[in-house]
Amino acid sequence: MSDASQLLVRRIKDGTVIDHIEAGKALVVLRIIDITGKDGNVITVALNVPSNKHVKKDIVKVENRFLLKYETDKLALIAPRATINIIRDYKLVEKRKIQLPDSIIGIFRCPNLKCISNSEEDIRPILDIVDKQRIILECRYCARTLTINDLVS
Amino acid sequence: MQRNSFYNRDIVSIKDIDKQDLERVFSYTDKLRNFTPNEKTELGRGRVLGSVFYEPSTRTRMSFEAAMASLGGSSLGISDPKSSSIEKGESLADTIRIMDLYSDIVVLRHPLDGSSRFACELSRNPVINGGSGSEEHPTQAMLDLYTIIKEKRRIDGLNIGMIGDLKYGRTVYSLLYGLSYYDVKIHLISPVSLKIRMESLYEVKNKLRIQEHTTLEDILPKLDIIYVTRIQRERFPDLQEYENVKGSYVIDIEVLKKAKSDVSIMHPMPRMDEISQSVDNTTNAIYFKQAAYGKDLRAALLALILNENIS
Repeated sequence: MSDASQLLVRRIKDGTVIDHIEAGKALVVLRIIDITGKDGNVITVALNVPSNKHVKKDIVKVENRFLLKYETDKLALIAPRATINIIRDYKLVEKRKIQLPDSIIGIFRCPNLKCISNSEEDIRPILDIVDKQRIILECRYCARTLTINDLVS
Repeated sequence: MQRNSFYNRDIVSIKDIDKQDLERVFSYTDKLRNFTPNEKTELGRGRVLGSVFYEPSTRTRMSFEAAMASLGGSSLGISDPKSSSIEKGESLADTIRIMDLYSDIVVLRHPLDGSSRFACELSRNPVINGGSGSEEHPTQAMLDLYTIIKEKRRIDGLNIGMIGDLKYGRTVYSLLYGLSYYDVKIHLISPVSLKIRMESLYEVKNKLRIQEHTTLEDILPKLDIIYVTRIQRERFPDLQEYENVKGSYVIDIEVLKKAKSDVSIMHPMPRMDEISQSVDNTTNAIYFKQAAYGKDLRAALLALILNENIS
């Protein structure tokens, strides 16, 4: 994180910093990983922060919460360039790059209401990523082709 | 001998079947049609087809059962969910598991998209998709292609019009995927509200040469095949709109007069009033032949799935 970014958002003692989020996507990130603030933890959101790499970026800092792998998988679709920094006692103890998995399992429901995965049958929704460049997904069951907008709108 | 790639295989989507495999089914269908009844009955003797139909069907279910009988096998199944434990709330998963125990191949028709892929996860024996929601009907597409080959002697170079309910008609999507292996021009003719869902053609939209139209008249003289589907009245939010469009898509003798003399009229059936009965006795009408080819092709497909050493 650049010095300018550091000045904008205070350091945290324990928790997760999600950096390099595509500008304007931070609020969607919060929604996708279900950060509501109801647990009382401090959450800092910075939008349109100047960035050397991408001109502008968003940053989310969540205190006292350490993002797990399955949550990172969720972010791969909406913030594929983001980095996950795990902070313990003010120190960076783990830095994760988000990588697009081949499939997203059990996280997003297929938006096709007539898909069997949305029925009363016991089915975990599986979305296969068929184009990692353009982020095109396909429901493993109904084979409908989807974009990220279909999943988070 | 070439490996039989259909042996013990699920048939869920036409997308899973490449051109070489399609042509293998067509050539085996030709072969099977020349077999004597005794030769045919060696291919399925003692084997059981289990059909699970959550939606009404005439041709698909009956042609599969007739095909299995022609191979010397037998059929059992659920043709009316009200007469089975489905009515008591039994899940699709349990219904498939039970049918799998009692049969060698399961044919499933279900109103939800993706139902056949789910059934494949549960069944040890092969599953054939007999129609899944508005998604796919792969064996219909196979028999449609086979019909075109038999009646037109080729597929490449044809101008094919598909008319009617292109949005919800599952046969249309499967056929378009099948046609993507061939060099054809596709003309899609439908009211705006029933246009094809292009997102459902993602993998093949660049392979197909497609033009969309709202009326048949302009393109009619160029067409070699008119593939007619039923306009489903129940899909229209405004019945006046339905009344406005339904007449434009009726194929009758007057329409045939403006078409090529050898245009072929196809329909996956059932038809309502979109093809006038006056067309039935013309040489252009091939929809009953289509239904007949369907039984032969399904028999060939069943034989290939059941027998490893045939091709």
